[in-house]
Amino acid sequence: MNNAQIEIQLIAALVAVACALPGTFLVLRKMALITDAISHAILPGIVLGFFITHDLNAPLLIVMATLTGVLTVFLVSYTQKTGLVKEDTAIGLIFPALFSIGVIMIALRANDVHLDVDAVLLGEIAFAPFDRLVWLGVDVGPKSMWVVGIVLFISILILKFFFKELKLSTFDPGLSASLGFSPVLLHYGLMTLTSVTTVVSFEAVGAILVVALMIAPAATAYLLTKDLRKMLFLSAFFGILSAIAGYWLAHVLDASIAGSITTILGILFLGVYLFSPKKGWIAVWYQQKQQKLEVSLITFLLHIHNHDLASERHIRHLREHINWHDVTANAVLKLAQRNNFINIENGLVSLTDKGLAFTKQAITYIMDNHTDGIESMKQKFFLFRG
Amino acid sequence: MNLQHYFQQLSTDYTLLIITLGTGILGGLCGFLGSFAVLKKQSLLGDAISHAALPGICLAFLIAGVKDTHWLLLGALVSGIIGTVWIQGIVSRTYLKQDTALGLILSLFFGFGLLLLTFIQKMDNANQAGLDKYLFGQAATLMAQDVQIMLWVSLISLFAVLLFWKEFKILLFDIEYAKTIGLPTKYIDIFLTSLIVLVIVMGLQTVGVVLMSALILAPAAAARQWTNKLWIMVLLATLFGALSGISGTALSASYSQMPTGPVIVLSASVIVLFSFIFSPKRGILMREIRFRKSRRAIKLNKALSLMYRIASKHENVLAPHGKRMLNDFKGYSNVIFKKLEQQGLINYRQNSWSLTEKGFEKAANLYNQLGKDE
Amino acid sequence: MNLEIPIAVAIHDLTVAYNHKPVLWDIDLEIPEGVLMAIVGPNGAGKSTLIKSILGIQKPLAGSVLIFDQPFSKQRKKVAYVPQKGSVDWDFPTTALDVVLMGTYGSLGWFKRPGLNEKKAALEALEQMGMLDFRDRQISELSGGQQQRIFLARALVQQAEIYFMDEPLQGVDATTEKAIIKILKLLSSKGKTVVVVHHDLQTVPEYFDWVTFLNVKKIATGPVKHIFNDDNLTKTYGINYKVSLQTK
Repeated sequence: MNNAQIEIQLIAALVAVACALPGTFLVLRKMALITDAISHAILPGIVLGFFITHDLNAPLLIVMATLTGVLTVFLVSYTQKTGLVKEDTAIGLIFPALFSIGVIMIALRANDVHLDVDAVLLGEIAFAPFDRLVWLGVDVGPKSMWVVGIVLFISILILKFFFKELKLSTFDPGLSASLGFSPVLLHYGLMTLTSVTTVVSFEAVGAILVVALMIAPAATAYLLTKDLRKMLFLSAFFGILSAIAGYWLAHVLDASIAGSITTILGILFLGVYLFSPKKGWIAVWYQQKQQKLEVSLITFLLHIHNHDLASERHIRHLREHINWHDVTANAVLKLAQRNNFINIENGLVSLTDKGLAFTKQAITYIMDNHTDGIESMKQKFFLFRG
Repeated sequence: MNLQHYFQQLSTDYTLLIITLGTGILGGLCGFLGSFAVLKKQSLLGDAISHAALPGICLAFLIAGVKDTHWLLLGALVSGIIGTVWIQGIVSRTYLKQDTALGLILSLFFGFGLLLLTFIQKMDNANQAGLDKYLFGQAATLMAQDVQIMLWVSLISLFAVLLFWKEFKILLFDIEYAKTIGLPTKYIDIFLTSLIVLVIVMGLQTVGVVLMSALILAPAAAARQWTNKLWIMVLLATLFGALSGISGTALSASYSQMPTGPVIVLSASVIVLFSFIFSPKRGILMREIRFRKSRRAIKLNKALSLMYRIASKHENVLAPHGKRMLNDFKGYSNVIFKKLEQQGLINYRQNSWSLTEKGFEKAANLYNQLGKDE
Repeated sequence: MNLEIPIAVAIHDLTVAYNHKPVLWDIDLEIPEGVLMAIVGPNGAGKSTLIKSILGIQKPLAGSVLIFDQPFSKQRKKVAYVPQKGSVDWDFPTTALDVVLMGTYGSLGWFKRPGLNEKKAALEALEQMGMLDFRDRQISELSGGQQQRIFLARALVQQAEIYFMDEPLQGVDATTEKAIIKILKLLSSKGKTVVVVHHDLQTVPEYFDWVTFLNVKKIATGPVKHIFNDDNLTKTYGINYKVSLQTK
């Protein structure tokens, strides 16, 4: 690995972490799409800044773009408050309009401007190392690295100082407001941070990757933990992982780095989505099947307990009266038998002593509404789970 | 070329005509089906789907090896549908919410599409130039066959909507009730969503991925402000959409550097803004005017009833009283006096006022009503 | 139970659970034709779920529901539903008349449009609910009670035999409450079966003639004068309930 390669990965990693932090809060606050809106809507801000300074590297661009980002959020809030459209619709109306203004501005001054809309949207981190920061005559590294690094540092500081307030206002906005932490202030504070982060990251990785880096690592982490601190660390970790893996994928395929990083993020998310031990698709599917069978079992046992008539304890009755398909009915019967809850003689089902004890306990739990107790009770009685 | 020239050119320039037709029909179609997208409360689904279509387009190209619109659109459709299904899956199976699901599919699919796009660009294949027009749209490349496809899709959509009008309506309004009367809500929902995906995919080559959501939402959002009847809303949305499309083409053809897609979106946005402000029933301007009117009416009534209270203490209720009697009442002013006199309820001079008979009657009624409430 | 009165709704072994949390357990319930029944129970007792399971909005884990001895899917036209407020998009562009017209969609089937007959029926239903003057109003302009009356009108238009209502009197103004009760009693007097999830114990004896106590399991069901007593109330609500039945 040469210097440029290291620097690119470093920048990518920094951007990933910088995005993961506000991203976590956005996902928790159900505001994920505002990142899409901001990353597109800041275009006119950048263009305006460029028209004024004629310098793509001027800090004014960052300021103008950030302001435009906050303006976007404000416009969306205002529009939603009028009650004329829902919030989603407001977002979907405002950012394309702003983006269009930006594109038209560029097109009208095509002679002056070296802004390539493609680059704006897609970014090209591969060029980042070529833009260096020279301070006091010393080359201290790529400019993006410093800019992103500073923003990241500020984010971490803000997070440290306002962790409690941010946490509270995210999980319990009512309480937070009543305790005096102005939700509006926190909201716009978060939005400003998101805007700044978007602006500086976007130069390096483009609009779409910024959106991906804000949402995907946080969403993936959310599937694994509900603890805010853990979630922040996990999303930062996932971001860095994807950044580096993505870089090497792009290297191998000779394709867009931004695209590769996003693809890795996607694979990561897919993996966790499917295979996460408790919340993953597969785990949930299995759990639901198991629970359904076990609840059906309890229902069945209760039914046997409640109905003494031989006709209602016949296996056929299961299908008619309880309305189960053969497959379900057989599965329930099997489970009950394996656990020694029932005896079947001449097609008639009756409870064993163990079955009776289990059923009685179940009834008490249900009547007292202590349904959580059912789980421990199951563990006591069940030899075989569903 | 300027605008006048454009309209003259329309009759002779075939390409221009095709593009105008295409953008007009597309705009109308987007408005038409966009009404349902907006009412479904999944406004940003359009945004997500249009981004999600990109990998489909690239893969279709890789598989088919040719840049044939039909193939590419098919790829976009498949990719869009997969995205939609996955979004539903995320929302229903995990506790991630819809906005997160939309954002995920939007960015992840698009990013993957980017990967494929840059991969394709490295391929030594002259046919792939122009795949990136799907990013920003290039109305200028619309051809007669594209317009033909749009026409077909429009007819199918129109037919479907007319046929299933009441089913769509009840599905969007009250889905639980719809289930109780036996409507197969899941299938109708899938059908409607598929139509929307189809339209989005159609629009990609004209306005591009980023701007597509606006074209779906804006005409419908604007139309909503003018009516409370669904069919009028859909009609208006179609009209607004077509108008945006055509004006976009007209303006961008007239001024040589204007890109069509953004101008179409801006036209639509202007229509929305206008509707938000000026629509008689819901518009902000009219709302503000009505609000001020009623506030003023309340002030007038208050002043009148205060005068009544003063006047009724005297035998001659129509006798004049000094203005300073009203000093305690903060709301009075010359403007109020003028208005009351205009309405024939009082007479007033520099230092005094008096109720007229009409004014007295009206105040008495008011007072009685107020008295009852208090 | 009087064997001569036909059973409108027969529920057997109905069990509904979310994951491992049971919401309804092994419910056996027979609702005779023509009764005006209240379903009461504490929050989370499964009352709404019961209605939704009967109507097919929710899929039960076990059990069956028969409407006049036939499965529900064959008897849809005989059943009408008035949902809880708040499950609907109030900003939807539709008028009061439009909403009531939706009640005719079930009998129209696919492809047919509501015609003059349907419109007439809808206007009549609106008038019955005292909402005729509001027929062209956008629904978002209506008050809560007025909206509730619209929903009831929509159910009336279905000309059903059995009416299920989910907390129709919750949070409505006095005028609406009177109007709704009037209609309920009218339906009952015509021999229709009306089943209402009701939130206010105080008014049960005054408004209803049958009651079912529900708390995940069915506690009791029967005529109000027989079973609306402290014993059943305590069994259902879990605390010592003392209520005096005063017939007004």
